[in-house]
Amino acid sequence: MKPDRTPLLIAAIAAILLLGGPWLPQWAMFIVTIAFAKGLVALGLMLLLRAGLVSFGQALYYCLGAYAAGALGRFLGIGDVFLQMLAGAAAAGLTAFVLGFLLAKYRGIFFGLLSLALSMILYGLLVKNEALGSTDGFNILPSTLFGIRPGPAWVRYAVLASAAVVAFGLALAVHRYLQTPLGRLAPAIKDNEIRVEYMGASARRAVHVKYVIAALLAGVGGALAATTVGHIDPEMSFWTTSGEFIFITILAGTRSVVAPFAGALLYGAIHTTAYDLSPNTWQMSLGISLLLIIVFLPEGLWSLFKTRVRHP
Amino acid sequence: MKIVNVTHGSFYALGAYAAASLTGAWLARGYPPMLSYLVLLAAALLVTLAVAPLIERAILRFMYAKDEVVILLITYALFLILEDVIKLVWGVNPYFIAEPYALLGSFSVGGLAYPTYNLILVALALVAGLGLTWLLRSTRVGKLLRAVIHDPEVSRAMGINVERYYLVTFTFGSLLAALAGAFTAPTVSVVPGLGVEIIVLSFAVVVIGGLGSLPGAALGAVIVGVVRSLSVHYMPQVELFVIYFVMAMVLAFRPRGLFSLAEPRKI
Repeated sequence: MKPDRTPLLIAAIAAILLLGGPWLPQWAMFIVTIAFAKGLVALGLMLLLRAGLVSFGQALYYCLGAYAAGALGRFLGIGDVFLQMLAGAAAAGLTAFVLGFLLAKYRGIFFGLLSLALSMILYGLLVKNEALGSTDGFNILPSTLFGIRPGPAWVRYAVLASAAVVAFGLALAVHRYLQTPLGRLAPAIKDNEIRVEYMGASARRAVHVKYVIAALLAGVGGALAATTVGHIDPEMSFWTTSGEFIFITILAGTRSVVAPFAGALLYGAIHTTAYDLSPNTWQMSLGISLLLIIVFLPEGLWSLFKTRVRHP
Repeated sequence: MKIVNVTHGSFYALGAYAAASLTGAWLARGYPPMLSYLVLLAAALLVTLAVAPLIERAILRFMYAKDEVVILLITYALFLILEDVIKLVWGVNPYFIAEPYALLGSFSVGGLAYPTYNLILVALALVAGLGLTWLLRSTRVGKLLRAVIHDPEVSRAMGINVERYYLVTFTFGSLLAALAGAFTAPTVSVVPGLGVEIIVLSFAVVVIGGLGSLPGAALGAVIVGVVRSLSVHYMPQVELFVIYFVMAMVLAFRPRGLFSLAEPRKI
């Protein structure tokens, strides 16, 4: 077996980003930070996808995370990036823990559709909630870092750096999780659940755990997106947002924990370029690229780099 | 066909747009407005026959072997593409064709005015539902189709042209969506995003009823309709929320919907 190089890869990318970050133009910092936020959500989806589950409602936790971060500023006056991420993770994780009891029973298309319904429930609630800004949403406080408010030139970099540290930390944790027995159960659940039960493992518990982890990641991602964009609205919970995350996950594939971030970055690039080239047909470009990837690279883009199948 | 089809929303929108422009042209030429209902029908037919077989032949037929979830993603991709195609063809401005709606006037039930056109919609839905049930249950084609869905391989071995059944079924299903769009077009303004709205609603309907069950879909539609009207009437702030809430509740207690078919365990 080859030595595990993923932690090294993660550390290297993080170091490059942290050191090279200040030289990035502001717009690129924005794209990279958003890519981190979406990559975190996709990382969670990847966990579920490894078990053969596609959640069409991950936007639920993305949006919850964002609103938790927003509420922190709106009602308590806290704009600290790390506290926001913590709040996002807590809100999403708790919700997922409760909903997980229901969802862990479902597989295949029903898992997807039920999670879709749940995210649309949140959408419906937020749209009609005046205290939280209804369809308009509300603005987020300017980001601070451990009580320090970075100067205007440094805000983006500060958020980017925090995002990079947190995202790669979490990616490393997920990478470790994949090597635990519970993590290795995922492909087994996908292949044949009854055999998993015969082995004495509980597929339901494994799915529940994965679901909660995925939600935690999405919550952090949502909080990160909220503080980066500076504004949140119920659209974050709409099913098309979930579709976007699934797009990124499919784009990335499930081979490595770094893949979702690369996928999110590529998605940002496709989105921005397509929008730039022809503003009215960017959806079409996305649809076509999604089709091409499903047809020609069913294992995701990551399979281009690693030809040998190696389960972590 | 064991396809959860997001593209269906696009066909609904396509039907609505085609109906809007064809009927608009029809009325602008001064042809008899009473015949505009036939034009609605023709619009749905035309647009489906132009698009559905193309999608099935060019893309979907290579995908049937894949996972249900992957097929769902593929139709989602197609949906994104069609959404922009619609915008390219018809632009982003709303279309109005209220004539067929206004033409029939309204009648009153217990003092409440009610548009007659809505009766046509109800009749159309009943005809479609009953006709489809009859088609699937009692005709040779319907029975063969059910066999194909149940087990394509054995059906093929028995000499059924499976490919053709897939093509016809997909086209026919899309036609129903386009018809729904075409006949709803006079009652709403036809705008981009029509497909997005309808598709999640129809998913809720089908999931409540049980995937692949006709009476289930009918019941689901009634449930969603009634629940929605009730909530609009009594608690308008929960209108969006309540449908999905019902869907989640149904799934919580009947994991495969109200009229679900039993499925064998995979060992």
